[in-house]
Amino acid sequence: MISNIKNAFIAALMAGVIITPIYGLQIVRSGMETHIEPEWDLVLIGMGIVFVFQAFIRPTVVHLLGKRSGSFQMPVLNDKARRGSILLLIAIALIWPFFMGRAEVDIATLVLIYVMLGLGLNIVVGFAGLLDLGFVGFYAVGAYTYALLYHWAGWGFWGALPMAGLMAGIFGYLLGFPVLRLRGDYLAIVTLGFGEIIRLLLINLYDYTGGPDGISGIPKPTVFGMPMARRAPEGQTTFHDFMGWQFDNMDVIIYLYLMALALALITLFVSNRVIRMPVGRAWEALREDEIACRSLGLNPTNIKLSAFTMGAVFAGFGGAFFAARQGLVNPESFTFLESALILAIVVLGGMGSQVGVILAAIILTVLPEVAREFAEYRMMIFGLVMVLMMMWRPQGLLPMKRPQVELKS
Amino acid sequence: MSKVLLQVSELSMRFGGLLAVDGVEFDVKTDEVFAIIGPNGAGKTTVFNCVGGFYKPTSGIIIMDGKPIHGMPSHKVAREGLVRTFQNVRLFKNLTVLENLLVAQHQNINTNLFSGLLKTPAFRHSEEEALENAARWLDFMDIREYANREAGNLAYGHQRRLEIARCMITRPRLLMLDEPAAGLNPQEKRDLQQLIDQLRREFDVAVLLIEHDMSLVMGVSDRIMVMEHGKPITTGVPEAVQADPRVIKAYLGEE
Repeated sequence: MISNIKNAFIAALMAGVIITPIYGLQIVRSGMETHIEPEWDLVLIGMGIVFVFQAFIRPTVVHLLGKRSGSFQMPVLNDKARRGSILLLIAIALIWPFFMGRAEVDIATLVLIYVMLGLGLNIVVGFAGLLDLGFVGFYAVGAYTYALLYHWAGWGFWGALPMAGLMAGIFGYLLGFPVLRLRGDYLAIVTLGFGEIIRLLLINLYDYTGGPDGISGIPKPTVFGMPMARRAPEGQTTFHDFMGWQFDNMDVIIYLYLMALALALITLFVSNRVIRMPVGRAWEALREDEIACRSLGLNPTNIKLSAFTMGAVFAGFGGAFFAARQGLVNPESFTFLESALILAIVVLGGMGSQVGVILAAIILTVLPEVAREFAEYRMMIFGLVMVLMMMWRPQGLLPMKRPQVELKS
Repeated sequence: MSKVLLQVSELSMRFGGLLAVDGVEFDVKTDEVFAIIGPNGAGKTTVFNCVGGFYKPTSGIIIMDGKPIHGMPSHKVAREGLVRTFQNVRLFKNLTVLENLLVAQHQNINTNLFSGLLKTPAFRHSEEEALENAARWLDFMDIREYANREAGNLAYGHQRRLEIARCMITRPRLLMLDEPAAGLNPQEKRDLQQLIDQLRREFDVAVLLIEHDMSLVMGVSDRIMVMEHGKPITTGVPEAVQADPRVIKAYLGEE
């Protein structure tokens, strides 16, 4: 108790030091003059709150948590539970657009884009253990590949989609080649720089990319060559005419949703398979001990490169779809915050855990939409959640139990 | 007919002002157990790291079966058939025992991405082969019952055996063991001696050994090189080395 009071006293003093410049020394402008007007009562109230919290509330909370820590445990998913929950999620996802309204389906499409990006980054960060802070760069490459191919060569979505993946993969490969001999922090910094370089290039190559204005009027994906729009260009039939339907914007939204779902499912399938393949094992081995890997003849650069490139390819697909959905791309969509968000999805979900990533993508996309009134506090809440997670559940929401190859006797 | 498998000549390694290895010369024959001994800090492990490609030697020539390998990166050296264990075991601790052995076979497995995604028959076949291969080595090392456990949870002696199995599964021509007996109990040391003998007889592998345990070294080695302060003092059969006054001096100091 004594030590609590002492700690609380120190904490209150520290709080005083920190908030004095903010509240204690308010700068007030009156006409030409500027003078400082202290608001000591605010500072004192702040210190008081900190003191009470540290002295009485925190010990109680810690006490309660400590008592319950035995019974309070989040689940760790085993193989069966993981399979079950994935099937359940897929089932919900399939019926979702037919029972929900327009806004819900739209948000769900956004969620699926982030699921795809999260699963892609999960390969790089979760499986191979390479901290990539510039993931959004590959997303941008994918989006602009479609946008530019459309703008300059009139390509459609389906032709541009593989190109977007390919281009992002090439960028991933080219960047990875010199960079992947770096480790940990250095790698993170270089990839961070890469993401920014891509964005700045997009802004400054004005003649090609339209600079800050971006490229607009990008068409939505077609259905077997038939555009999904109210009116078809000369000589083409629209999808609703072909089917004999009335044009309904909701159909377009559902179609986009189903496409996003298909892309996300492909990503899920590939990342799920690949971790059970030799290359997936090599990623994990490399994450554990690079020197031991080398001593067994595994080439670390190639193995890292494969993870990096594969992650980039998925980001590229995601980007192309994003461009098609928005109908507009500009560099604003590809800031570092976006990378941070995708990384947060992976970390929050539990590195390497696919179900966790899906869950985290849902939470981090839906929450800001639900809590629109708190939009200004979004980043703060975001940070708070991350700090709390790191303190109490550093392994993520649903940590992965590694899929293992079992030897049957 | 035994021929020279590994030839090391004039090997030197300098770290800043310290000449850790200075003019080391030796050769290992195809069916031989060759040991390097010496007091702590004599430069034995540095020699290992140079031979294995983990360090780039300052000068010197290392030839493996007629092919120069000095300056090659370590994964390429490993592909030439020189595989090593580490002084403080380096397993993939969070992977299972079995998976440790699967990773080691990476070079021999079908790693084609698409055949893996589609589970083609060729892919399945190569996976099964790798599994069988791993099972065989687990049986050989007597650790099959732990196959599905995480490698980090094994008893220390078993970890050592697994590390050797992980090397052997790559089908090396030269197995380099860095203090394999460290931390083993007397029974395990006797088993290790038997194991080394058996590996060389049954799998045609030469062994390059660093070890402090004299009974093991004397019992298992064909030839021994003694090092002190980075320099080789003498090389010879165990009896000769044991009787060499310079060796006794290096180990016990001046009279």
